[in-house]
Amino acid sequence: MRIAIALLLVGVGTLLFHFLSPWWWTPIASNWGVFDQTILITFVITGVVFTVIMLFLAYSVYTYRNREGHTAVYEPESKKLELWLSLGTAVGVIALLTPGLFAWASYVTVPEDAAQVEVVGQQWTWNYRYPGADGVLGTTKITNITGDNPFGIDLDDPFGADDILIANNELHMELDQPIKLLFRSKDVLHNFYVPHFRAKMDMVPGMVTFFWMTPTRTGKFEVLCAELCGTGHYNMRGHVVVDEPEDFRIWLAEQSTFVETLAAAGISTGNDLADQGRDIAQSRGCMGCHSIDGSAGVGPSWLALYGKTETLDGGDTVLVDAEFLKTSITDPNAAIVDGYAPSMPPYDLTEEELDALVAYIRSLS
Amino acid sequence: MVDIGNTDIDALPVAEVEEADLYHAKSWITKYVFSQDAKVIAIQYSGTAIAIGLVGLVLSWMMRIQLGFPEVFSFISPEAYYQFITMHGMIMVIYLLTALFLGGFGNYLIPLMVGARDMVFPYINMLSYWIYLLAVLILVSTFFIPGGPTGAGWTLYPPQAILEGTPGSDLGIILMLVSLALFIVGFTMGGLNYVVTVLQGRTRGMTMMRLPLTIWGIFTATVLALFAFPALFVGAIMMLLDQVLGTSFFMPAIVSFGEHLEYGGGSPILFQHLFWFFGHPEVYIVALPAFGIVSDLISAHSRRNIFGYRMMVWAIVAIGAISFVVWAHHMYVSGMHPAFGFFFATTTLIIAIPTALKVYNWVLTIWRGNIHFTIPMLFSLGFIVTFLNGGITGLFLGNVVVDVPLSDTMFVVAHFHMVMGVAPLMVVFGAIYHWFPLMSGRMLHVGLGKVHFWITFLGAYSIFLPLHYIGLLGVPRRYFELNVGGTPADFIPASVGQLNAFVTVITLLVGVAQIIFFINLFWSLRYGKKSEKNPWNATSLEWQTPDMPPGHGNWGPELPPVYRWAYAYSVPGFATDFIPQNVAPSTMPGLENIEDG
Repeated sequence: MRIAIALLLVGVGTLLFHFLSPWWWTPIASNWGVFDQTILITFVITGVVFTVIMLFLAYSVYTYRNREGHTAVYEPESKKLELWLSLGTAVGVIALLTPGLFAWASYVTVPEDAAQVEVVGQQWTWNYRYPGADGVLGTTKITNITGDNPFGIDLDDPFGADDILIANNELHMELDQPIKLLFRSKDVLHNFYVPHFRAKMDMVPGMVTFFWMTPTRTGKFEVLCAELCGTGHYNMRGHVVVDEPEDFRIWLAEQSTFVETLAAAGISTGNDLADQGRDIAQSRGCMGCHSIDGSAGVGPSWLALYGKTETLDGGDTVLVDAEFLKTSITDPNAAIVDGYAPSMPPYDLTEEELDALVAYIRSLS
Repeated sequence: MVDIGNTDIDALPVAEVEEADLYHAKSWITKYVFSQDAKVIAIQYSGTAIAIGLVGLVLSWMMRIQLGFPEVFSFISPEAYYQFITMHGMIMVIYLLTALFLGGFGNYLIPLMVGARDMVFPYINMLSYWIYLLAVLILVSTFFIPGGPTGAGWTLYPPQAILEGTPGSDLGIILMLVSLALFIVGFTMGGLNYVVTVLQGRTRGMTMMRLPLTIWGIFTATVLALFAFPALFVGAIMMLLDQVLGTSFFMPAIVSFGEHLEYGGGSPILFQHLFWFFGHPEVYIVALPAFGIVSDLISAHSRRNIFGYRMMVWAIVAIGAISFVVWAHHMYVSGMHPAFGFFFATTTLIIAIPTALKVYNWVLTIWRGNIHFTIPMLFSLGFIVTFLNGGITGLFLGNVVVDVPLSDTMFVVAHFHMVMGVAPLMVVFGAIYHWFPLMSGRMLHVGLGKVHFWITFLGAYSIFLPLHYIGLLGVPRRYFELNVGGTPADFIPASVGQLNAFVTVITLLVGVAQIIFFINLFWSLRYGKKSEKNPWNATSLEWQTPDMPPGHGNWGPELPPVYRWAYAYSVPGFATDFIPQNVAPSTMPGLENIEDG
């Protein structure tokens, strides 16, 4: 008795929840509205089936409850009923699948005129590369990666020289321009996910993956890593900025090419120990999380860090000196600066390397 | 298959093993500890599985309090959080559900329901349990080793599972893989037993098409497991080699935190194929026994034959077969060749047809039944609702383009918890309330059972229903925190935090409510109402043993003959509303006409 009412309430409650819940997809910002439509079709078809079965179940439970003088009907099977139910279900499945497969076909077919951008993931940050003036991305190899060549671009490949490298977490895209995103990873699996674009794709070390899309409105959208990639996974965030074509071109022109970054890397800090420290920082991937220009990253920026007084996670304050920096490198979770997550792995550096690194950080203050 | 008519059965010789061939325990140790009796092994399997399952439950509380109340409990670091989710998933899927359904219910029910004295290989059966126990102990030991258990997620994807940056990437993952390999060895021993016993140990008259659906479910699931687990075994061994010896089966050239590693040439995606070649059939390894058991519970407590028995059998077999060609629907966004999407979306949606038929037939069994609202029946209804809901969201995720926005979000978490967490557990509870009298001779307390049911069913449903919708919004799974450095992602409204807090409270409540179940279990074992024989008036053989609980060897001097299917409920023209499988037609006029429905 009570269970029949409960079944009815669960069925009706589920429907009410569906329509009244405040959580629904984000306003779309790409051409993949067809994904949303397929989800809607699925909601409608399965919603009808869910409602009918729940109502029928509640009705049956109520009507055929055990009571004085009531007996069950012995009826082993009904071929006809089972056949109709099978056919009906098959029709429903076809109705779900067909639009889905057509949408998938367009998702995996990249248009000829698509621009290209490469997204490179590493624990726990994103870097981006544009093909530059020649429109072609230079070839890369994971073994080419050094502190000065974070993308592992082949130095002999003429197409690579003018590639535009973005060493921070912000990707720019041009409005209404189809774009093919090529994905690489340096270390573990990651996944480039922008909820507003509806698209996502794993980034797999050792191979290049892709998806394509057309951004359909300007704005700044959140990028999340959607494939568990270690302790800092939840911290692997970034942004995509969709610009008007004119703004995009202006922005792109301000960025450095591979050749320019190589040249800049050779500029000395005027301090041998600090130079050594910079090499260590680049080769150990520190710059992935710590900027040297004051911009926000996964970890605190190194610009003007040395000598600063920082507030720690528990409210204590601490003076950033050599001792504090060294502990923070070898045992990062001992003290966390307020506002940051404890996601840095401990680094096993020699005392000389630590001194050099600290000297470099100090040279930035 | 020879068609055996009922008139032939009495003439058949009893295919009985010699008395000398049946193992008899000689001491307390061989009777209760190193036992070769499938019923004792079943209790051992169940006890161990439930104990480790409770660890998994506590882990889920830990992750929920982190999600519901971030930054309140400082002992949950990101490392610890990822270790909790990994161990929770691994424990629940493999060490609890697989072990409980096959090692627990399989061992108890197969010999009794097919009319055998025991499993065909009792010694191997005993070894199976002890190796399983060893696997569990190794798993538990990882909580106490330096670095702790692995935090790679229950899918253990390389490269991260064995690289710095993931908690437990040295000893933790090594012991995890060793434990898995041992689990598979132990399972294979038990699994061969279940299959051979069903194929060779059936009593006379028990044709395959007279087996209760419980046995069909367990049997098919075991066959699936015997084919699927080797893929995981191979994956585990190769990853072990990658981690310990530095081979590169799954490891390409990698720069980890600025350091070039020695690996090169391996494929991370290869592991994913191996994992899911196991992992998807695994869903049905858990689901099929639940399907089978719930069919029998619904039929017995609705006093009505299962509707469309033959269709139900073929649906189980079809689901089992198709489940081997759907695995890559877990990998739509893995970077595998896009053309796979067409194939795997199609196969995945096809599997929905036999699955939907099963749901219809459960509901049609209830329809025109004579429903007794016993605790097993309540849990069966709970199963239908949660499975219906979870099955439907499977149609979302199987359809490749729908999966792209939803994969790796909370929608997936909600889906698989509903379909292979809550729904099978509803069956586990229903089955325990149903068969407890057979095992103990006493009934479980009805009042406590009702409280347990209502809190568990309504609670679990309200935990997982709303999580689908924040997944649709785009909230990712496996996130330690949604707010980084106090700044929430701009598309996530504050209401998501409130919902997370609500879900956490309900989770704790439902978790604590399980104490009611355990109190009932232990109290009833000693003080419960004494059960009469066959308290549910069921037709299947396990209730027809000379003693209840059944003694060693299950049956009296002679094995029971079987004259009909297990669903002769409410057959018109008879005084009782059930006719057990072993009642001879010669004893009741009119009986010869009902054999197999």
